Formats: sequence, C-alpha cells, structure tokens
Amino acid sequence: MFEAFQNALGVFPESLQTFIVIAVKIVAILVPLLLAVAYLTFAERKIIGFIQVRIGPNRVGPNGWLQPIADAVKLMFKEIILPSGANRFLFLTSPVLAIAPAMAAWAVIPFGDGMVLADVDAGLLYLLALTSLGVYGVIIAGWASNSKYAFLGAMRSAAQMISYEIAMGFALVGVLMGAGSLNLNDIVQAQSGSFLHWYWLPMLPLFMVYFISGVAETNRAPFDLAEGESEIVAGFHVEYSGMTFAVFFLAEYANMILISALTATMFLGGWLSPFQGVPVLEQAFAFVPGLVWFGLKTSIFLFIYLWLRATFPRYRYDQVMRLGWKVLIPVTIVWIFVLGAAIYGGLGPWFD
Amino acid sequence: MGFEKFLFYLFAAILVFAALRVITVRNPVHAALFLVLAFFNSAVLWLLLEAEFLAIVLVLVYVGAVMVLFLFVVMMLDVNVAPMREGFIHYLPVGIVIGLIMVLEMGLVVGSDFFDADHFAAVAAHPADFSDTKELGGLLYTQYVLPFELAAVILLVAIVAAISLTLRRRPGTKHQAPAQQVLVRSQDRVRLVQVDSEEKQ
Repeated sequence: MFEAFQNALGVFPESLQTFIVIAVKIVAILVPLLLAVAYLTFAERKIIGFIQVRIGPNRVGPNGWLQPIADAVKLMFKEIILPSGANRFLFLTSPVLAIAPAMAAWAVIPFGDGMVLADVDAGLLYLLALTSLGVYGVIIAGWASNSKYAFLGAMRSAAQMISYEIAMGFALVGVLMGAGSLNLNDIVQAQSGSFLHWYWLPMLPLFMVYFISGVAETNRAPFDLAEGESEIVAGFHVEYSGMTFAVFFLAEYANMILISALTATMFLGGWLSPFQGVPVLEQAFAFVPGLVWFGLKTSIFLFIYLWLRATFPRYRYDQVMRLGWKVLIPVTIVWIFVLGAAIYGGLGPWFD
Repeated sequence: MGFEKFLFYLFAAILVFAALRVITVRNPVHAALFLVLAFFNSAVLWLLLEAEFLAIVLVLVYVGAVMVLFLFVVMMLDVNVAPMREGFIHYLPVGIVIGLIMVLEMGLVVGSDFFDADHFAAVAAHPADFSDTKELGGLLYTQYVLPFELAAVILLVAIVAAISLTLRRRPGTKHQAPAQQVLVRSQDRVRLVQVDSEEKQ
C-alpha cells in the first residue's frame, strides 16, 4: 500500500510531493487525535460513573459506544448565539485560537523512533511557546462575550495559566539538563536502558510538579476555577453555544491528551518499551510497536486526570496561587540544583 | 524572486501593517492584539534568519507572558479614549518635532555607509543539524558570562523593587496561615468527654 502511494505520488512535481506527504502526515495525526478526544469524553463519563457506582451513558449504540457521535451531531446542529454587545470577530475567533495551539503542538511529538512530523532542534521550546498561547483563546473569549461571568473566568484563568507556566517551564529545564537536548526524540533516546532509566525516578519532584501544573494549565479539576460552575456559572465559555462551544470543549480535551503525551514522553520514556533490559520479557514483547507503549503511557495520565476530577473538590483561588508560587516553584528550583550536582557528579545510571 | 524572499516580504508587510494598526486602532484591546500579531511576524522573520531559538523565545516571553499581562490590565482598566484625545492639537507641534527627529536619526543610521550590506558577510546557511540553541548557550556562558550575570542581577533588583512597591499589609483581612494550619493537632482542638449514662431513678 505504501509503495502504491509512492508510485501515485510520482505523478506530481517534486515540490508538490513534499507538500502532499506532509499534508498526509498531518491528517494521520489529527484524525486519530480528534477521535481520541471524542472517546475521551465518553471515557470520562464512564470512568467517573464507575467511580461513583453508576453505569454512565449506555443508551446510544451498544454500551453507549456511539454517545460521542450523538453529542457531536447535536452540537453541530445547535444554534450559535451571538450575545448583544459582543465583539463579533473576536467572539468567533477565540475558539480557533484555543484549539490551534493544542493541535499544532503535536507536530514535534515523537510517536516512535523518528516517527515525528517535524524533527525540530528546539522542540521542547516550541512546545512551551505553543502551550503558552492557549490562554489567548480563553481571555479573548471572556472579553469578547461582554458578560461579567465570562470576564471573571477569563481573568482567573489568565492569572492561573501564567503562574503555572513558570513551574512547568522549570520542570522542563530539569529534563533538558538531563537529556542535554531540546529535541524530544533525543530526550526519549536519553532515557533508554530500562524503566529505571526513565526520568521519573531521578526527577520525581519535577515529574509531580509537571503533571500538577499540567492539570492547572488545562483548567481541569481540581484547578477548574476558570469554569467554577458554582461561582461564575461556566466561566469564559458561558455565552458560547453549539459548535463554538464544541470547539472550546475539543480544545480542552486535546490539551489534556497533549499534556499526558508530553508527561509520558519526558518522564516515562515515550515510545520505549517498559520491558527494555528485562531478560525474558524484552524478547517476548519485542513485537509491540513503540506507538502502542506511547499510547498506553499517555492513557495512564489521562486516567489520572479523570480520577483527580472524580476525587478532589475545587481549590479556592488564593490556594491555587499559593500552591503554584510558594510550593511548586521552590520545589522545582531546589531540584534543579540537586540535578545539577547529580549531572556534574555523573550519578549513575542516568547521567553517567 | 525566490520563495524565501516572497515569505520575507509577505511577513514583513503583515508586520508593518500590524505595527501601524497598533497606533491607529481605537480600541485598546484591539491595539494589544495587533501588537501580538506584530510580535508573531517578527518571530517569523527571525526564523527566516535561522535564529530559531530567539524566534521561539520571542513568542514564549512576549506573546505568551508579557502580552497576556498587558491584555489583562487593558481589559480590566476599561480605558476611556475620549479624554486622552483632548490635548491632541495642543501636543501636536511637539509630537511632530519628535517624529521628525526620529525619522532623521533612522535615516542617518539606515542610509549611512556604516550599515551598508557590503560591510557584512552574508549570513551563512547552516546544515540541518546545526543547533543555534547550543551555540547561543555556549557564548552566553563563556564569552559573555559577566554581562549575562549582570543582567540577571539587574532583573532581580527589578523584581524585588516591584514586589516591595506593591506589597502592602492591610489590617483586618482574614488571611490563612497554611503553616499554622498544618501544625494543628487534634488534642489542642477537640476534647472528648466521657459522659456516663444515668440510671433511671
């Protein structure tokens, strides 16, 4: 099939060929991503249902498997309401601004050895820059809606995202110190050996800080102050309906998958097999492609996302700020010094 | 005209347009958003110069953090534009003089022989595996380590100054002291009293 594709490509001129190849790769990443987003919403309702000893959605299709499709169709056919006094252009642009970075970030994520759309040298930096752009969708939505609840939600989330970005960036500094590279493929390669060589062990505090700030960055429970149903109705997207709301929803879940994938890549060895270096199991599981391991590791963090949501009550605003500035950032700074000493001393088996 | 040149003129045109809109648009929020667009396009121009580290850092720092705070303030303030326009005619002569001086200076700099293209070697194209992040890091931490440290100290002073200027202790606010909350022991708070049940007489 691959050769047939290559032969068919030969018809086109050279420059168009690269363009088509890149376009096909983008489709091959985004279509599964959007499907994953759809089924993540289903998984969320089912898992939280089971945690709360109920069944969850089970009406549409066998065991409710078609529920996300039904939801998508419903949202597509709903009316899009423009609030009076809203800034039309910005009101309709902000969902796009929310989802575009969440999707563009996937360009540098390695799905297997060298299986990456754009193998850029400064991949980690690119990710940091793109994830910091997601906040624009939220604040512009809040402002353009011309509603005080939306505006309050936007202000809250802007302050929160700015604060947790710092802890997140510091956690990534540790990773790039350990791997000595900003390229995500190199970061995964630097962790090869066995599952004890993965960075979760020498960088345990950074790993925890990264995932906690990731949850805060995506505005998910228990840090979902931007939505805060009980205080500000639904926060920044209170005025959005139909497809505009759906795009915000997609962006939130795409960001969750992104953060989970990044945590898996940087601290759990990405596409590396967990049985690497284990005598019998390594050969027994050698046939499993790296993509599967990567997907499994990502799913672990997605499950933790849902588990957190079902377990913890929402933080109060000042407590969120305290956690970010007074707990997470000092922890990362201290651990960066520890890591610096460990790398300088060539502490094995990670940094020798 | 090569494709690269076309890209340069395209993004440069958008950059100039966005920069113009920053000062001509009436709504301050729109002005801030046009500034974001201008930052983006200058980052693209840097990318064309193969300065990918600087380009991404420009987006990360200015677009991702500084402009968000800008927007934050501009949105909260609800700036009323009308009173700010009142002195327009009054200040116009001064503005024109300053503008002319700046145009003159820029003309002197750009038009002089010193900045002619033949004074500088053309930017050499690097191979695909060239890491300008590494190059930059190497220079910053060896050749320019003292200026770099100095900049860090100045920034630290600025942080301390900004915090001490805005820090105020208001009496009467109900602060929580998390350290004290953690130290609470149940023995200090709860007294369990054993009350014997009385017999019916």
